Amino acid sequence: MVENNTIPFNGTPEQHEKLMAAIEKYKGTKGALIPVLHEAQEIYGYLPIEVQKTIAEGINVPLSEIYGVVTFYTQFVTQPKGEYRFAVCLGTACYVKGAGAIIDRIKERIGVEVGTCSADGKCSLDATRCIGACGLAPVLTVNDDVYGKLTLDDVDAILDKYLK
Amino acid sequence: MDVKSVKLKINNIDVTVPEGTTILEAARTVNIDIPTLCFLKDTNEIGACRMCVVEVKGARTLQAACVYPVSEGMEVLTNTKAVRESRKVTLELILSNHEKKCLSCVRSQNCELQKMAIDLGIDDIRFEGENPHYTVDNKSASIVRDQNKCILCRRCVSVCKNVQTVSVIDAVGRGINTVVGCAFEKSLSDTPCINCGQCIIVCPVGALREKDDTDRVWEAISDPTKHVVVQTAPAVRVALGEEFGMPIGTRVTGKMVTALKLMGFDGVFDTDTAADFTIMEEGTELLQRLESGENLPLITSCSPGWVKFCEHNFPDFLDNLSTAKSPHEMFGALMKSYYAKKMGLKSEDIFVVSVMPCTAKKFEAARPELAGNGVADVDAVVTTREIAKMIKQAGVDFINLPDSEFDAPFGEASGAAVIFGATGGVMEAALRTVADILSGEDLQAIDYTQVRGTEGIKEATIEIAGKKVRIAVASGMANARKLLESVRSGEKQYEFIEIMGCPGGCVNGGGQPIVDAKTHMNIDVAKTRAAAIYDEDKAMTFRKSHKNPIINKIYEEFLGEPCGPLSHKLLHTHYTERANY
Ligand code: SF4
Ligand code: SF4
Ligand code: SF4
Ligand code: FES
Repeated sequence: MVENNTIPFNGTPEQHEKLMAAIEKYKGTKGALIPVLHEAQEIYGYLPIEVQKTIAEGINVPLSEIYGVVTFYTQFVTQPKGEYRFAVCLGTACYVKGAGAIIDRIKERIGVEVGTCSADGKCSLDATRCIGACGLAPVLTVNDDVYGKLTLDDVDAILDKYLK
Repeated sequence: MDVKSVKLKINNIDVTVPEGTTILEAARTVNIDIPTLCFLKDTNEIGACRMCVVEVKGARTLQAACVYPVSEGMEVLTNTKAVRESRKVTLELILSNHEKKCLSCVRSQNCELQKMAIDLGIDDIRFEGENPHYTVDNKSASIVRDQNKCILCRRCVSVCKNVQTVSVIDAVGRGINTVVGCAFEKSLSDTPCINCGQCIIVCPVGALREKDDTDRVWEAISDPTKHVVVQTAPAVRVALGEEFGMPIGTRVTGKMVTALKLMGFDGVFDTDTAADFTIMEEGTELLQRLESGENLPLITSCSPGWVKFCEHNFPDFLDNLSTAKSPHEMFGALMKSYYAKKMGLKSEDIFVVSVMPCTAKKFEAARPELAGNGVADVDAVVTTREIAKMIKQAGVDFINLPDSEFDAPFGEASGAAVIFGATGGVMEAALRTVADILSGEDLQAIDYTQVRGTEGIKEATIEIAGKKVRIAVASGMANARKLLESVRSGEKQYEFIEIMGCPGGCVNGGGQPIVDAKTHMNIDVAKTRAAAIYDEDKAMTFRKSHKNPIINKIYEEFLGEPCGPLSHKLLHTHYTERANY
């Protein structure tokens, strides 16, 4: 289980308005929770406690139940993504070629756990399922850039580029 | 409507049961035990653990007996090789992930998992689980959660969500990473948890327990500078015996008093005496409000689980709550004023221990608003279970003890105070006094049976001295929510409402002895304990609070009038709105 996030929530009034509209749309219908969560994640990019609390009050579902649903489905995230989104593929091919060590190196360098974002909002780290680039294993993506056949030295060089 | 009956065979024995019965219940009627873990009658019937599997002829896979309804001509086998093996593997898998520390576990010998391992003859666990260690959540004043012992049966989730509508715990995560916990891994103390402890008494294992305060009590007893007094609530005396193997509903008042005296308390008193004060104060409050028409309905506030629920969910009713403190808090306040003076003691040298059927009383005792002049009214609260543990630690042979009487001056109480322990009891106690005052008579018809019984919501209109008083009684927060929503919307009107946090009232409090799922199938625990409470009431010399001579003496000597200035200072308080999360 990831630690509670330390990045302060800074939702805008516009985002709040959109969320309230989504709540209004589904309120009172059966199974409102999942569609509202989807829209909320579209709006904010992630589902922090502030957003989940608003939804809890809005559609009258206990916060604990909402959190249970959010943590059950892998498509929902409670952590924001960083400006730089580091994602290491943990598919079988990448894994056997040392993706684990790459994750550990990135964790150490940017100081975050998998699934979390650094306190300054710069870097987030994710472990992904196979992204279908097995020929390039092990693979790291940063936003839309793909880096393959990595050694730990390559990883250091890539990190240097972004962290400057 | 007639319920159809269904004929079936279980292990080749003919069984006839009403339609809708589960295989589990049908088997019990012919003395066949099917092991269960997640099932708890009326509370959790979700078929999650698969301990209860049986073979049903014609079905391709084994079926969960706790949720599978019987049908005509069905043939069930509960003890085949396939069944035994499946149950064993299920249990071994649960045990492989379980922190098996029975020797130091509060639930040892009263644990459904431990019993199951013994019954199924587990002598080896073939699987090695991944055992991440979870931090124990002990930040709450009342409840400790230890996920390392949790078997994910979800009984606590069901009770918190459906019976209490508090819903602060749920299943979090998925697959092998699933845990039962609070949103965002919060401690229970940072949620709107009302500390009722209903989750503890439904948990089959040692994953939930009360915050242990027994060490603090022992320490005070052995401190020569402390004068340690103990008081016991009415519901304790009809349940404590269970911890020593006595049947549910056994009254052990006399033995309990003897045991407490043997343990070294300087005074052994009865919370019931204080309950008589609560009635005098609250009854007077009711009369005043009926007169002025303000803040009606009056709502009782002696259940701290309910009070916290109100602060979180019904802040618009806070002015309706009685300002009278709960009995054990009144007791503490009187100990540290009246009693201290009488005994020539300093109030800070008196250590007040409350023995309660309740875990929420621990939280209540720590409320800053319940500390007059910075000295807490009550210093430590221990549950019925904790006092049983202390009696055992003291080497007292409880079962064979002779009876003794509570100490003076807080030893005599009325029957009205005793029935505080059952739902409807506070209402009935107040009515006995209020009716006498309004009519100016010593009324003989004092059994208000309309408000007795364990139904979730009871209502009645009664006539006192020509005045109509509309009353309602609710226990368990789902019922309280329903009742108050109907008052809020204007659909219902009452003058007086009693609300208890736990379903059935204090007899079924979260600090009471834990009864296993199998016993729950045969016995209505709250009802059986409540019956013992009403027997106790019948046996009392005085059955109305205002007839208790001690009460009158203390008002005369010390307090003055009910709801007078000194009473207000010592015996009343107020509560404030709380945010959810
Ligand atoms: S919960 Fe039960 S099985 Fe587990 S350690 Fe405690 S007594 Fe033993
Ligand atoms: S103590 Fe009561 S409110 Fe708190 S988690 Fe347990 S059942 Fe829910
Ligand atoms: S804490 Fe107890 S009642 Fe709740 S899911 Fe775990 S084992 Fe079951
Ligand atoms: S599935 Fe029947 S007792 Fe758990």
